[in-house]
Amino acid sequence: MHEGSNGFQKRDMEENRTEQIMRQFQHVNRDSLIPILQAMQDEFGYISDEVVEKIGEHLKLPASKVYGLASFYSQFTFTPRGKYHIRVCDGSACHIDRSASIVKELTKQLGIGDGETTRDGMFSLEVVACIGACGQSPVIAVNSDYYPKMKSGKIRELLEEIREKHR
Amino acid sequence: MEENTNRGDMREMIPEFVEKKFSEYSLELKGLIRALDRTVVKVPLIMVGLNTSGRIAGGDKVMNNVRSYVRDRNIDAEIAETGAIGLALEEPILSVQLPGRTRVLFPNVLPEDISIILDDVFHHTIPAERVLGQMRNEELHAWPDIPFLDELSFFAKQHRILLKNNGIIDPLSIDEYMANGGYRAFLRAIRYHTLEEICILVEESGLRGRSGSGFLTGKKWMNAQQTPAEQKYLVCNAEESDPGAFMDRALMEGNPHQLIEGISIAAYAIGATKAYIYIRSDYYDSIRKLAAAIRDARNYGILGHNIFNSGFNLEISIRKGPGAFVCGEETALIASMEGKRGMPQSKPPYPSVRGFHKKPTVVNNVETLSNVPHIIANGADWYRNIGTGDCTGTKIFSVSGRARTKGLIEIPMGTKLDVLVNEIIGGSRPGHTLKAVHIGGPYGCIIPPEKMGISICFEAFKKEGAIMGAGGILVLDEKTCIVDLVKYFMDFMKQQSCGKCIPCREGTKRMSELLNEITRKPAVEDQHDTLEKFRGLIQLEKLAEVMHDTSLCGLGQLAPNPLMSSLKHFREEFEEHIFDRHCKPNVCRELRTYYIDVELCTGCTICAKRCPEEAIIGTEKHPFFIVPDKCTGCGICKEVCKFSAVFYN
Amino acid sequence: MMIKIEVNNRTFSVNRGDTILAALRNNGIQVPTLCSMSDLSPTGACRMCVVEVEGFESLVPACSFRVEEWMKIKTHSARVLQARKTNVELLLSSHPDDCLYCERNGNCELQKLAEDLHVRNRNIQGHKSSFKIDTSSPAIIRDPGKCILCGRCVRVCEEIAGVSTIDFERRGDRLMIATAMAEPLHFSSCIECGMCVVSCPTGALTDHAQFQELADSLDQVETTVTAQYTPEVPVSLAEEFGFKPGTDLKGIINNALRRIGFDYVFETACCGDMYIVEQASEFISRFMKKENLPLISSRCTAWVNYVETFQPALISHLTPVRSPHQLTGKLINTWFAQMKKIPANRIHNVLITNCIASKGEVNRREYAMNNSPDIDFVLTTRELARLIKLNGIDIQSLEAEPSDGPFHAVSSAGKLLAIAGGETEATLRTVYHEIAKKEMQESRQAKLRGNKSVREEMISTPKGDISVVAVSGLKNAIKLLEEVKDGKRTYDFIEVMVCPDGCVNGGGQSIPAREQSIKARVKTINELDKNEAIKAAHKNTAVAKIYQEFARGPRTDESKELFLTRFEARKVLR
Ligand SMILES: Cc1cc2nc3c(=O)[nH]c(=O)nc-3n(C[C@H](O)[C@H](O)[C@H](O)COP(=O)(O)O)c2cc1C
Ligand code: SF4
Ligand code: SF4
Ligand code: SF4
Ligand code: SF4
Ligand code: SF4
Ligand code: SF4
Ligand code: SF4
Ligand code: SF4
Ligand code: FES
Ligand code: FES
Repeated sequence: MHEGSNGFQKRDMEENRTEQIMRQFQHVNRDSLIPILQAMQDEFGYISDEVVEKIGEHLKLPASKVYGLASFYSQFTFTPRGKYHIRVCDGSACHIDRSASIVKELTKQLGIGDGETTRDGMFSLEVVACIGACGQSPVIAVNSDYYPKMKSGKIRELLEEIREKHR
Repeated sequence: MEENTNRGDMREMIPEFVEKKFSEYSLELKGLIRALDRTVVKVPLIMVGLNTSGRIAGGDKVMNNVRSYVRDRNIDAEIAETGAIGLALEEPILSVQLPGRTRVLFPNVLPEDISIILDDVFHHTIPAERVLGQMRNEELHAWPDIPFLDELSFFAKQHRILLKNNGIIDPLSIDEYMANGGYRAFLRAIRYHTLEEICILVEESGLRGRSGSGFLTGKKWMNAQQTPAEQKYLVCNAEESDPGAFMDRALMEGNPHQLIEGISIAAYAIGATKAYIYIRSDYYDSIRKLAAAIRDARNYGILGHNIFNSGFNLEISIRKGPGAFVCGEETALIASMEGKRGMPQSKPPYPSVRGFHKKPTVVNNVETLSNVPHIIANGADWYRNIGTGDCTGTKIFSVSGRARTKGLIEIPMGTKLDVLVNEIIGGSRPGHTLKAVHIGGPYGCIIPPEKMGISICFEAFKKEGAIMGAGGILVLDEKTCIVDLVKYFMDFMKQQSCGKCIPCREGTKRMSELLNEITRKPAVEDQHDTLEKFRGLIQLEKLAEVMHDTSLCGLGQLAPNPLMSSLKHFREEFEEHIFDRHCKPNVCRELRTYYIDVELCTGCTICAKRCPEEAIIGTEKHPFFIVPDKCTGCGICKEVCKFSAVFYN
Repeated sequence: MMIKIEVNNRTFSVNRGDTILAALRNNGIQVPTLCSMSDLSPTGACRMCVVEVEGFESLVPACSFRVEEWMKIKTHSARVLQARKTNVELLLSSHPDDCLYCERNGNCELQKLAEDLHVRNRNIQGHKSSFKIDTSSPAIIRDPGKCILCGRCVRVCEEIAGVSTIDFERRGDRLMIATAMAEPLHFSSCIECGMCVVSCPTGALTDHAQFQELADSLDQVETTVTAQYTPEVPVSLAEEFGFKPGTDLKGIINNALRRIGFDYVFETACCGDMYIVEQASEFISRFMKKENLPLISSRCTAWVNYVETFQPALISHLTPVRSPHQLTGKLINTWFAQMKKIPANRIHNVLITNCIASKGEVNRREYAMNNSPDIDFVLTTRELARLIKLNGIDIQSLEAEPSDGPFHAVSSAGKLLAIAGGETEATLRTVYHEIAKKEMQESRQAKLRGNKSVREEMISTPKGDISVVAVSGLKNAIKLLEEVKDGKRTYDFIEVMVCPDGCVNGGGQSIPAREQSIKARVKTINELDKNEAIKAAHKNTAVAKIYQEFARGPRTDESKELFLTRFEARKVLR
């Protein structure tokens, strides 16, 4: 089979998933908008045009309202995240423990800024407010692994480790 | 946890548990309670603090090793998780209780230490230097030479009501919660008290909103209770989006049933049959534990339809907030629950009259609601005796930053801030000097050491022009730059403002621009610019006033707080940034002046090639030179120089 | 119930339940507003209307607070003025200082606030906001840099247009107005009604002007430049020049347009009659066969956009006839060109209209011959006013002149198309005549006039009763169609005007669009109809002439080729 038809298959599958997810919410009203979007974000890692459209149709809401809402909240993204999503805490405690230099180091190492994904789709970076371990500041998280008391000097090593593991 | 080795359960005993006085309980119930509250343990009990920060500090690995230790040696022991006791720097914390002996706590355990520690415990040889302390229990045999927790300076001055069982009980066990007296207040309330009685009791207790609102909780309930409507709602505000605030999380992760009981009582008092917990979606562990608590309470018939034949129905559901600070504001929170952008609405009408789906809705904070079971159980007078006349009860603070101890502190209202900062926390980190504390999150205020005599109460704070907020305390030392911190908060507010109203949206933007400017060196600058910036700073006072006067919600009204309070107390630091272009704590990188040491420079040209401002000149193989006026302090030259010839001052 | 309040130390009686703002306005006290809109519920967003109310710690927004007995209010205290001024200064601090180059210069609410509050210093310095200007739409230009985020556009688009193409996007310092997924306007579900443009207080939303291109072609000697204007233009233009609202500048426009340099000046209303005749015969054929009913009018361009975007299933119900101005354009390039012996490619046709959507309509494939559009430029009434001013024409002193043939014969039916219900009325006149072979007794249909947004009528003919409805304001139309779909209502003919009250209230009219002005314009059109001798489209001599000379009557192959058009579903995020 050539590439094109594979692509189509994947899309069909995604469409099915979208509909399955929506069916899990009995209340077809605006109250379920955020829960549905959250389920989509969890499932696909981002909110695509199709998802916005499908949700709009399902809940009888204009696409602009779905997008307007989703873009308001930090949880929703409109571009796919990397395989390794790096969150750097820039809560107040981490901030005064120089989380800024960690962000800077990551930006330098990965060549991406806050909210961006590397071209190979490996890493994405997000600066967040307080991830809940202010006692261990500064903290970063890679997917669901946490790294307390981080130092900018340890970043390169950490990224190497991840790349190594991935190979 | 799965190892809940049959201590029995409370389910069958609930009628007796609720209806009789403690002293009249049957032997069976008394025995059950002693087993469940772990006065009596049959096999060794091993607990690991698995709250979020405990996990981040490595708690999960510790837990794994505990399990394999027990499995490998075929030991009959009970393993359970617990919440945060409140000592963040000591995490992960392991506690062990052998039958007949008091429980001992081990701080900062490493996974690889597990076998050594547990070997020691099982051999009854606990090295005192490894131990945090032991829990006091007159009925149990204490360990020699090990301090009791309540003797530690961190705990000695605290008055723990809400946090009493945090880090001690298994948050996933409804039985353990009940054995500690839990749900009795709720079940008695719906059986023996009217809605009004509960509202009045809570009003009389003097309980005020712990989100920082300071609003009399009982009064708010009464408003909603007296508004006629076929449906009312109770919403527990668990958004807790202030960076640096983690008491609500600790309460939910450490003792979720306490909150569920508080919610249930509040819902009953206002006549709501539906309650929601609006919680940050990234509070995974809280969500998990709350969901389990709701499920267990429902299985016990404590939630659901016609609860204990009282005719009262209650369903509690969890709504995950998708991430916006402003959704902590109650009207924005309600908008968000209705599937809208989290933009606050003008008040009145207040949510207690017209809230979620236009129905009367009471929004209360987690900590506020967690107080409620204790008030109902012990009475308004008991509660009023704690704290001061205007501010009753206790308040939990979460301490972070450059402090000697970090974590959760519960003290009676009216305690002097000085006691909290210097005696309980122990001031700044060893070797550093305390510069100030910042209280109240991103719209809180900076309080310098000389003002620490104020007592912790809504009125005293207000008089000082400060706010208590949710109770986040950030300790600052000489390594912190006040201007940078204020800039940080202002940037935060600028991003978190919903943007609806002009004063807040534009005001925070302007303030943040200004602060960014004074912490950055423009390529060329003349005296005039500097003066302009300073003039801008003076203008700020007027702007702050208008923001306070005209913003729609608390976010915009209070956003200038950090800036204004630090301008008041740390004006010279601002002036230093503006006129001397200098940041003493060396935080504002862009103010640094870089120079090249002629002795060390080999003239390799790398720095000149990499400088984005083309600020470095020189000829190859001769020492290079940085033109100070052009340099913006990005630091690249220092990073790239292989000969370590670049310095800054 | 009246209650007493105290304002600025004087006592006033006001209605209980009124907002402070309404109470103040009823008593002649003005406080500035930005975000509030009459008819729509307040949002309390801009904080411009704040007043001091005794007992309140902060200032109180007058638009979203209700009066209470003995409320003590200060509307212009130093504290209040300082607050309002500071908030305007805040807006200005990041605003592009572009007034001199701005479409809304002289007619901008922000500018006026700054002037009224006597802002004379740049007290607050800010980074100028700069955004990419969205020029994708042929109808509307969006300059987010000038947007003050008052949300008025969002609300009209949702609550009046009913399509919700735009909404707030993101939050805080990144708050913007955007379409779904922040697509350029042209690739969104925008139907180009322009209601947002009229409601915008600043230059953030403006017409996509075609001034320069037009000026160039007016200059070319070898091109013939024609102008046609729709019937609402003469009654709407007046306000731009300080005439009383509703003044009819009919002949004067002809004079002005000739002075600007147009070679021929036509009235669209002539082909309005043509459109009605075509629509009537389409209707009769469906009515007789009871097929594809209701027939739904397609003259409102934004309505067509709506159907194609949101409800393509309705396409087969639309009258498949070119809109009146497109008929005119086509006939100029064919019939008129032959008559005058000018090659069609040397003729530039300019349409002047209150309808902003026409700017997009001219780009449709169906409305072009050999890749050259039948209408080359579209000017809004606002642009016409500019053009007149630009050319130094003192409109007050101009004499009326007749418009040019062969389109100078006009019945009042064609002019009724300017107002809601007018098209239905005009169509009924011709339909009745065709079926009953005599004129209607009472030409004026009272139920189709007035100010209701849904106007129903039933007329009896020898071939049966015809039930019709005219609905204006798209939101109302959407609701009505839902009911038609659900079988709750049945009609044979439906007229939809996207703009409430019809084209007199179109997106290209003079700003601000005041309610009284719209009423005055409607009144003028009604009077025109009353006083006109020829009230029916089929009696228009020019129409008869076109059929005779050129198209051999309605529904012939020739006329189909010339006058009919197609609609197509359009796929965008909606
Ligand atoms: C910008 C803003 C953020 C807020 N964030 C929170 C929050 O995270 N948690 C909370 O409980 N209350 C928050 N509040 C306060 C709530 O609006 C509301 O007053 C509170 O939930 C009432 O609870 P209480 O009466 O128990 O204090 C916030 C208020 C504002 C203005
Ligand atoms: S004060 Fe700020 S957060 Fe509150 S409504 Fe206004 S813009 Fe939104
Ligand atoms: S990189 Fe270092 S050694 Fe090379 S020119 Fe620069 S300062 Fe000198
Ligand atoms: S710090 Fe170094 S690299 Fe950066 S601008 Fe200054 S001289 Fe150039
Ligand atoms: S929008 Fe108004 S204030 Fe802004 S540039 Fe245009 S005329 Fe001036
Ligand atoms: S108003 Fe003032 S700034 Fe504007 S054009 Fe006239 S003189 Fe210049
Ligand atoms: S032109 Fe009409 S449809 Fe388009 S955005 Fe404006 S109001 Fe909405
Ligand atoms: S585009 Fe105009 S109407 Fe819309 S929010 Fe901006 S300023 Fe207001
Ligand atoms: S009602 Fe008239 S002005 Fe408005 S969109 Fe329709 S045709 Fe255009
Ligand atoms: S501030 Fe970083 S974890 Fe709280
Ligand atoms: S007009 Fe009242 S807040 Fe905007």
